[in-house]
Amino acid sequence: MIKIPYYPGCTLKTTAKNFETSAIESAKILGVELIELPKWNCCGTVFSMTTDDLMHHLAPIRNLIRVQEMNEKGIVKNEYRVVTLCTMCFNTLKRSNLFVKQDPERLKKINSLMDEEKDYQGNVKVLHFLEILKELGFEQIRKKVKKPLQNLKVVPYYGCLMVRPEDVGIDKPENPTILKELFEALGAEVVDIPFKTRCCGSYQTVNRKELVAELVFDILNQVRMEGGECVGLSCPLCAFNLDNRQDEVKKLHPEFSMVPVFYFTQLMAVAFGLNEKICGFELNHINPKPLLEKKGLLNV
Amino acid sequence: MAVKLLGDPKFSEKVKELSGEDVRLCIQCGMCSSGCPTASKMDITPRKMVRLIQLGREEVLNSKTMWVCLSCFTCVVRCPRKIDLAKLGEALRQIRLRKGLDHIHISEIPEEERKKLPQIALVSNFRKFTS
Repeated sequence: MIKIPYYPGCTLKTTAKNFETSAIESAKILGVELIELPKWNCCGTVFSMTTDDLMHHLAPIRNLIRVQEMNEKGIVKNEYRVVTLCTMCFNTLKRSNLFVKQDPERLKKINSLMDEEKDYQGNVKVLHFLEILKELGFEQIRKKVKKPLQNLKVVPYYGCLMVRPEDVGIDKPENPTILKELFEALGAEVVDIPFKTRCCGSYQTVNRKELVAELVFDILNQVRMEGGECVGLSCPLCAFNLDNRQDEVKKLHPEFSMVPVFYFTQLMAVAFGLNEKICGFELNHINPKPLLEKKGLLNV
Repeated sequence: MAVKLLGDPKFSEKVKELSGEDVRLCIQCGMCSSGCPTASKMDITPRKMVRLIQLGREEVLNSKTMWVCLSCFTCVVRCPRKIDLAKLGEALRQIRLRKGLDHIHISEIPEEERKKLPQIALVSNFRKFTS
């Protein structure tokens, strides 16, 4: 078993708990143990972009210090990679890490603002869980599949922060394929749509939910037009907008037919034949179980 | 003949300082506006936002554009002049927010919504729209 430090982030403990449980159990099948950082804190969700703002980088960097500590305490052995599931956490931690690595003066200042901590050495690498899967190899994943997702027409949705900006993204910014490769390994029929990297509306969901509903409609309408039956994604905010905001979409477009939205790890858990409880489908807004049942994919 | 300047070069300088981006590189091609998912909801397009900053026209701060921006970075990856427009938008928001002019107030969010929204939505929204 490979032991890797794992940073969950706030939403993975609440509305996206199903993302976490399905990821942890699926990782075990592949011989990877995700070990939660002790005493982690919120990363701040967005990367602070003004040149003079150092304060908002403290939260992400503090989490990277926890990774150093895990090595010092022997919780992991010489493993300075930290894995995230949430795409926003991934982007924020990775960008802040680059921000301090690029400039020793900045790193020094940020360290001096955290007297109570040991200095961050700049030696941690921030990875998205999908990168670990790619490293293990999709062929290895295919070998672990017990219930191929046959005939399930899955649309990969990347959103923004997994692929943009370019120096942070884990795949080509305009035409990523990493989720497609994963879903194909799971036996699914993958349906690619032009809007796979189109923004879901992000944080505007708080004060402009009608705007978000329109953006979501454009994306999901394309899913339906291309013959997709469900969406597989990796961000709890995309998930909220694409899944929960379908109620708002329905108000604007009564003819719209609802689309189930999965975390990619839920689809992994289904394909690996893991118990349905691990998938936590009760947290999905549009119940995906009727679709899975129709395809003979419900694991008891 | 004295040339009268309409804009204030100090304003352009301030945006440059906060964003780290040089708007003079912009050739006004409009790639940013054409790919922007919310351009149609803005009062001025991203291209025009950059133009106003170039000209030192402080009234750009009264526009809705930087508040409708999703920070999706589509314009950032597509700009042929490698200008990071997301950083420009952030600089404009920060000029407002640092004067205590919050864009949203928690009390305006209906209680029913507050119960539904995940932390990730609330924290990111407040980080972008409050000081």
